[in-house]
Amino acid sequence: MLLQRLLSHDRGGQILLVLLLAVMVLVPVLNLAVPADSPFHLSTTTVTLLGKYLCYALLALALDLIWGYCGILSLGHAAFFGLGGYAMGMYLMRQIGDRGVYGNAELPDFMVFLNWQELPWYWLGFDQFWFAALMVVLVPGLLAGIFGYLAFRSRVTGVYLSIITQALTVALMLAFELNSMGFGGTNGLTDFKEILGAPITADSTRVALCVASALMLALAYLLCRAIVTSRYGRIVLALRDAESRTRFCGYKVEHFKLWLFVFSAVLAAIAGALYVPQVGIINPGEFKPLNSIELVVWVAVGGRATLYGAVAGAFSVNYAKTWLTSVYPEAWLFALGALFVLVTLFLPKGLVGVVATLRQARADGSLQRNWQRLASRFGVPTKGEQP
Amino acid sequence: MKLLDSAREGLRRDRVFDFMLPPPNFSEDLDTRHGPILYVEDVSVSFDGFRALNNLTLYINDGELRCIIGPNGAGKTTMMDVITGRTRPDSGSVWFGQNIDLLRLSEHQIAQGGIGRKFQKPTVFEHLSVFENLELAMASDKRVWPNLWFRLTGEQRDRIDEILQLVRLTDHARRRAGALSHGQKQWLEIGMLLMQNPRVLLVDEPVAGMTFEETERTAELLTSLAGRHSVIVVEHDMAFVRSIARTVTVLHQGSVLAEGSMDAVQNDPRVIEVYLGE
Amino acid sequence: MTERIPLLHRNALPLLALLLWCGAGLATAEPAIDTATPAPSVEAAANASPAPHPALALIGGSFNARAAAARQLASSGEPQAVAILEALLGGQLYGGGEPPQLVIKQGSAFSDALSGAALAELPTGARKIPVNNSLRGQLRDLLATLSLRHSDPQVRRDAALRLLGNAADGRYQPLLAELLTSEQHPEVRQALLLVQALGQLGSGSEQQQAVAVDTLADSLQPEIRNALEVLASADGASADGNPTLAAAARTAADAIDARIQRFQLLENIFFGLSLGSVLLLAAIGLAITFGVMGVINMAHGELIMIGAYTTYSIQLLLPNHISLALLLSIPAAFVVSGLVGIAIERGIIRHLYGRPLETLLATFGVSLILQQAVRSIYSPLNRAVSSPEWLSGSWQINPVFALTWNRLYILFFALAVFAALWLVLKHTRLGLQVRAVAQNRGMARAIGVRASRVDALTFGLGSGIAGVAGVALSQLTNVGPNLGQDYIIDSFLVVVFGGVGNLWGTLVGAFGLGIINKFLEPWAGAMLAKILVLIAIILFIQKRPRGLFPQKGRAAEG
Repeated sequence: MLLQRLLSHDRGGQILLVLLLAVMVLVPVLNLAVPADSPFHLSTTTVTLLGKYLCYALLALALDLIWGYCGILSLGHAAFFGLGGYAMGMYLMRQIGDRGVYGNAELPDFMVFLNWQELPWYWLGFDQFWFAALMVVLVPGLLAGIFGYLAFRSRVTGVYLSIITQALTVALMLAFELNSMGFGGTNGLTDFKEILGAPITADSTRVALCVASALMLALAYLLCRAIVTSRYGRIVLALRDAESRTRFCGYKVEHFKLWLFVFSAVLAAIAGALYVPQVGIINPGEFKPLNSIELVVWVAVGGRATLYGAVAGAFSVNYAKTWLTSVYPEAWLFALGALFVLVTLFLPKGLVGVVATLRQARADGSLQRNWQRLASRFGVPTKGEQP
Repeated sequence: MKLLDSAREGLRRDRVFDFMLPPPNFSEDLDTRHGPILYVEDVSVSFDGFRALNNLTLYINDGELRCIIGPNGAGKTTMMDVITGRTRPDSGSVWFGQNIDLLRLSEHQIAQGGIGRKFQKPTVFEHLSVFENLELAMASDKRVWPNLWFRLTGEQRDRIDEILQLVRLTDHARRRAGALSHGQKQWLEIGMLLMQNPRVLLVDEPVAGMTFEETERTAELLTSLAGRHSVIVVEHDMAFVRSIARTVTVLHQGSVLAEGSMDAVQNDPRVIEVYLGE
Repeated sequence: MTERIPLLHRNALPLLALLLWCGAGLATAEPAIDTATPAPSVEAAANASPAPHPALALIGGSFNARAAAARQLASSGEPQAVAILEALLGGQLYGGGEPPQLVIKQGSAFSDALSGAALAELPTGARKIPVNNSLRGQLRDLLATLSLRHSDPQVRRDAALRLLGNAADGRYQPLLAELLTSEQHPEVRQALLLVQALGQLGSGSEQQQAVAVDTLADSLQPEIRNALEVLASADGASADGNPTLAAAARTAADAIDARIQRFQLLENIFFGLSLGSVLLLAAIGLAITFGVMGVINMAHGELIMIGAYTTYSIQLLLPNHISLALLLSIPAAFVVSGLVGIAIERGIIRHLYGRPLETLLATFGVSLILQQAVRSIYSPLNRAVSSPEWLSGSWQINPVFALTWNRLYILFFALAVFAALWLVLKHTRLGLQVRAVAQNRGMARAIGVRASRVDALTFGLGSGIAGVAGVALSQLTNVGPNLGQDYIIDSFLVVVFGGVGNLWGTLVGAFGLGIINKFLEPWAGAMLAKILVLIAIILFIQKRPRGLFPQKGRAAEG
């Protein structure tokens, strides 16, 4: 019932949810039940890659919510992703126990290496999964709350906001690179052994993580959809287009932005938390400004303010990245740069926009007419042409 | 020096930080026993040495339709900015009725409290439908949480339909507001204002870019609103002002130059000088 | 998205220690082997020669004999003596062969030590002349004494100051006394007196010590400060010490400390100004494109990088004229970066006016392309650009305060660029048009300004200045594909901090941020200082969203 209300008039969302459902069913079957020599077997590498993409898609969804619907171009969303990742990483670090290189049950390896005597206070509690999960949500949410409160209250908007969000992620990157911060410095946290008692590299764990990511993405999609179809969502859209009009309608614009920003940050953080156990490492590189901006391109390529477009963008750009970096490693940055330029210049609505235009054209027959015109110019006979 | 001043300003005992104030209580009736609903007293605003408003004093009566005219740069828009909380004056006071100090409130509080404003350039939510535009403007709980669960009641739907009819946009209710003509956008914005149930309407150049017929309709609409609402109209179109005005205020260089009926004002030698030049 | 950084240093440390230990062992072992096998034939040859040059005695014999020979050489007044002794000290002196020859090795070239003539190769039978530590000490003293009698007063003064390190035990006192009788040059005299006082402080009578404390109280040399400190604490602690003297030494040491601290403050300010000048150079082009035109150009950093690579390329073309290449680079970088900038403006930004966020994304794409292009054309590795002589080294104002020439020049260069830009904007037709378009595009166009041409030229100007900044940066750091990235956020923050559209704000912002950064560094560490500054700016923008010097008025609020 609720599902029906959320997904009516949302063809893309329906397709997305069906696909996610398929992932949740097929991945365990194809990886665990189908024998390895069968052509239908899905290798664990592919499962992990898929899981990674799903996390990226969740991150892109978070950005689309705040950028596409509210017009806030955050160039610091990777910061929240990274923070969520670190919170999860800290839990996984504590799970290593005495299986580290130095065999110290109390301290992670890098602390032993730095001659630290005891666990810093902010690491306490991270041996409990529930605590870590709480922190995944709480810390980035709080940071987004404080940052957003300050920024929105003083009406920092547009490009200025983008620049200071980028400054935020740079500050975090520099901070996490410090050894004295106690997060492993530039090497970050790695060498994880197990999660919730399950060995982290086992096939079944990988499959479970991938399914969890798909589930989370589906859930997040529905939540975002619920938000944007509510009156709150319309207000957010309104303030994107005419902020002072919204204010003069009696809305405290700052609060509307702030809650959306916090929610988006929390989604990004959850994506980070799911991402870390799948790739097995988290380091300050995740806070690199480039990451945040690359994320913007996923959303721009997919199509802003559609939600499912962001997911499509995350998958297509990342697939292209995986493929290109293995085939022509040099070409990737060229391609990414060109993508930025082309999408902003020629495809302001992204892939979703292209698909919509094509469908529109087919519906009113203009595609066929254009095709015929093109064909007749080159002397190709078509079916519809009368001699 | 500036730092010292701002520190002193921050430590003033007679001011309270915005966030410490109790929320304004609009449920108690606005006290307009003395007649005026809006008191603008000795208000001065300057930008970089340029005095946009210079000890402006103005009283608007409850239910009155007031036209404000004046040459460019006379401070008309700045005056509206001050009343709606967009610009903080350097000195002076602005009271809504006798019991609400507008200078202590922020824009959204003022809007919720019953002062609606139409911008010079028509500003509507272009990506939303006409219906949705009116729905968002409607007087209701404007906090975040209730809006997540908001459902239109039949009563509210009727109210929207009523306004749609009033501003003649019933046929366009499902269209995107961005696709409306200029004149229709002006009306939609007036409609949005009315959805807020305001006590005071500030209307900045309502007939700019309208056809003759539309202008006439607008004049009719605004006059019909007076009485139930106080309406302040800023306009350049003299014919339009003449057609609706009862009292006209002339602003010049940030203060009131003349006030009275249209005829009296038009024959005032000072006004003639300002408008026709030396 | 992840780059796994291997735990290199953890494994490398023990390895490094091992290497160091082996190296040290080899170095100490070397002379022992040499002394064990003296070359009798060489000695015989030296004796056979009718009038052997005194320096040839260095070739054979024991260390003591060699020391005697060195002393003899030093007192002989031989013009080559300093060069030979320095070569011996540095392990670059070779001797032997038939007839015996002394050869100085410089890099891979050889020259005859006595005649100075260049040699094609090392004569057969010649081997390195060994030295040990005691001989090294004696050689240093000999060289110092020789320099103390040099004809150039500057050399004499430097030599005297170099003695400070070993003067505390009073071993130079006779020499100093002798020199002081003949020395006329006031600065050299002063230096000699300092050394003498330091010697007396360590080993003289109590009265001498008291006088020495007075003499030394005005100096800044760390050796003197340490000696005073030792005197102050040692005498105060032991029972037989002289409390008055200790107190005087304490006062003098404290005074020196205070002065050193003052100079360190100055040095900090200088470093801050230097960082500020770099920020100014990087941000000033942005102040035009972002501040005046309102265009967000994320490729600005890459335009700086292009300027730096232009410098590098011109240096490759003119390898023998480093100064000329550098001077040529300034206009060349301006033109190259400017043209790239104009291309970006015409090709991309023009289509995106009024859509700042899209501009930001598109220009970021351009920056990625430019970075990768440089990686493909040159190399992903950093390249060093050499500096001309007048840019290297430093200006030693006093022992604790020196200004490096390159930073000083860049500071002035930045100010000059700023002044030039200001003049262009204020006093030329282009400047007038730029300001007109910035204020009211439609109106400017209406009065006949070709707005699109002005846009292109303004953007070219801003980009050209970025290129010039690249020239300056190439003198401070290595040139690499990531050069620009390191500056882009800082530059934006400078512009935003100073107030958009305000050149003076950019100036104040750049120097302000530079100085704040350098003052935070000593107690917070470089990284943390940077973080603190970033956070401070984020908070600052909350408080004053339009920077230090905002443009006011209704138009600015819209």
